Amino acid sequence: MTESARRQVAGRGIPVPGNDIDTDRIIPARFLKTVTNEGLGLHAFEDARKHDPEHPFNQKAYEGASVLVAGINFGCGSSREHAPESLKQWGIKAIVGASFGEIFFGNCTMLGIPCVSIDNEDVLWLQKTVGRDPRQSVTVDVEKQEVRVGDRVIKGRIPDGARNQLVSGAWNATGVLLEAGDAIEATAKRLPYVSGF
Amino acid sequence: MPSSLLEKVWNAHTVRTLPSGQTQLLIGLHLIHEVTSPQAFQALRELEVPVRMPARTFATLDHIIPTTAQQRPFADEIAEEMTVHLTRNAQQSGVPFFGLDSGKQGIVHVIGPELGLTQPGMTIACGDSHTATHGAVGAIAFGIGTSQVRDVLATQCLAMAKPKLRQVRVDGALARGVYAKDVILAIIRTLGVNGGVGYAYEYAGPVIDRMTMEERLTLCNMSIEGGARFGYVNPDQVTFDYLRGRQYAPPGPAFDRAVTWWKGMASDPDAKYDDVKRLDGSAITPMVTWGINPGQSVGVGERIPNPESAPEQERATYREGLAHMGFEAGQPIAGARIDVVFIGSCTNSRISDLRVAAEVARGNRVAKGVRAIVVPGSQQVAKAAEAEGLHEVFREAGFEWRNAGCSMCLGMNDDKLRGREMSASTSNRNFIGRQGSPTGRTLLMSPAMAAAAALHGAVTDVREMLQPTSGR
Repeated sequence: MTESARRQVAGRGIPVPGNDIDTDRIIPARFLKTVTNEGLGLHAFEDARKHDPEHPFNQKAYEGASVLVAGINFGCGSSREHAPESLKQWGIKAIVGASFGEIFFGNCTMLGIPCVSIDNEDVLWLQKTVGRDPRQSVTVDVEKQEVRVGDRVIKGRIPDGARNQLVSGAWNATGVLLEAGDAIEATAKRLPYVSGF
Repeated sequence: MPSSLLEKVWNAHTVRTLPSGQTQLLIGLHLIHEVTSPQAFQALRELEVPVRMPARTFATLDHIIPTTAQQRPFADEIAEEMTVHLTRNAQQSGVPFFGLDSGKQGIVHVIGPELGLTQPGMTIACGDSHTATHGAVGAIAFGIGTSQVRDVLATQCLAMAKPKLRQVRVDGALARGVYAKDVILAIIRTLGVNGGVGYAYEYAGPVIDRMTMEERLTLCNMSIEGGARFGYVNPDQVTFDYLRGRQYAPPGPAFDRAVTWWKGMASDPDAKYDDVKRLDGSAITPMVTWGINPGQSVGVGERIPNPESAPEQERATYREGLAHMGFEAGQPIAGARIDVVFIGSCTNSRISDLRVAAEVARGNRVAKGVRAIVVPGSQQVAKAAEAEGLHEVFREAGFEWRNAGCSMCLGMNDDKLRGREMSASTSNRNFIGRQGSPTGRTLLMSPAMAAAAALHGAVTDVREMLQPTSGR
């Protein structure tokens, strides 16, 4: 795999307020009726945007934003990778939040989108700050585990495994896993349910 | 050194430690379906990598298939296209496939255990968040995204970090009319929808010990709704009795050798946990959700809570839940009007679920204006139910009897809520828009409670309807 490393991502922010935003909300199931990923970006938050004209994904001020600022348990629910894929196609390159649904977090990592956790009070501050001035740049430093806006440095967290994958550029795991070679079959053969009880 | 099932299974499946520090974990059983696999097969073709161990992957159709007319080609062209892709991908790669003509098709989390594919001590992955269901037999089972489906197809492995382990003990005994669904809703309400993030849940205690395998499947199924990607019950005699004789279970004397290995994989009595949480099972009553996530629930005799009573950071979601559902704080949940009843999904579509619902429905009528459907979890469940005449019980009561599939749990076929319809559903998610209508509303509950809601056209305490000898 020749993927570029994700040491840090910088770009304009877009706040998505609220907690427990589930993946059905990010992309409703009817848009999963496809055998490709084509066009998923058009449907990010589709129903939420229709329901609420003020939804951040509807606001011109946030066009071109690439750092999503979310609350607690963002991306909970379904394992659909269509959710982070739709955000990626919309233009999101990193997500900062108080916490993340675990499968969503893993899916984002697999797509090269770092999800960095910060304290909830910092989330609320950052959402307000980005809302006041959508043009200012937010830097998500994966390597140093921090988020920088203006002269403020917010301490962040990202689990070691995902951080190492992103920083080294090995977040697409297939190639790394293939390198184990015959050790895969050897491990399988040691399991009685594979080799026969 | 005493260790837990999680540690034993993890160690037995560790291929190596990756440069990232994660484990390269061998996946013993991989289950795929039509929604989250096509892009993974396409990625494999682009990489020019074959499926590494096709005999360890099994495919079925569940999410998009119609539950009414199933003649091919399907009227829904995209459903047809997805079916064609899965069938072709399975055939070309040598992956066994349980299609509509197999007699064994069904919801992936129903057919795995039912066929005996799901066994103790395994690692099990599937591109679906409800994969922890299979943990009920004592496996480490978890949901993955499509890129990880690609990894499993290509390498039979995943790059994973070992979760922390929490034991969730349910003490006491369940009262009559209280089921596994009520237990898991009570657990999620207590520990929170994100309380389990980073954890595997080991369910234990007298209530869990006494559960049947199908009840344990319901319990483990909703682990992810509490934030836990993994959930399991240690294998015991209930597990072994359930598995014996199933198609893919070890045959003859091999079964007894398997039991010895399975017993050895269970958590040792003095295994270490990162923490232990306890619930009093005797205090659990039939549960109903009132909001927009599975943690927003109350006992059927309770009132919908006031947002001000919630922890500060949850108040906004409470208010959003009340607004979406059209409920007032302080209103009793009993009596809430119902338009649609859905009995089905990977949570509650097994034969024991249908028996309980049929017992409530028997000899009664679905309330006027209520649309009620029963969707068995698999073709084998449907066959068993029909052999017992349950389909006739449902039909005579005014329920529709359908073919197997995920159906109205997520509305990817024609089974959807319309407009603001309120549904009493035995499924696992009450997220906004989940059942196919952006403004639709969902109340999660047990099959007994859903059947009772169908008959009354409103949320009803099913305990008042149960004969003293029926139920638990």
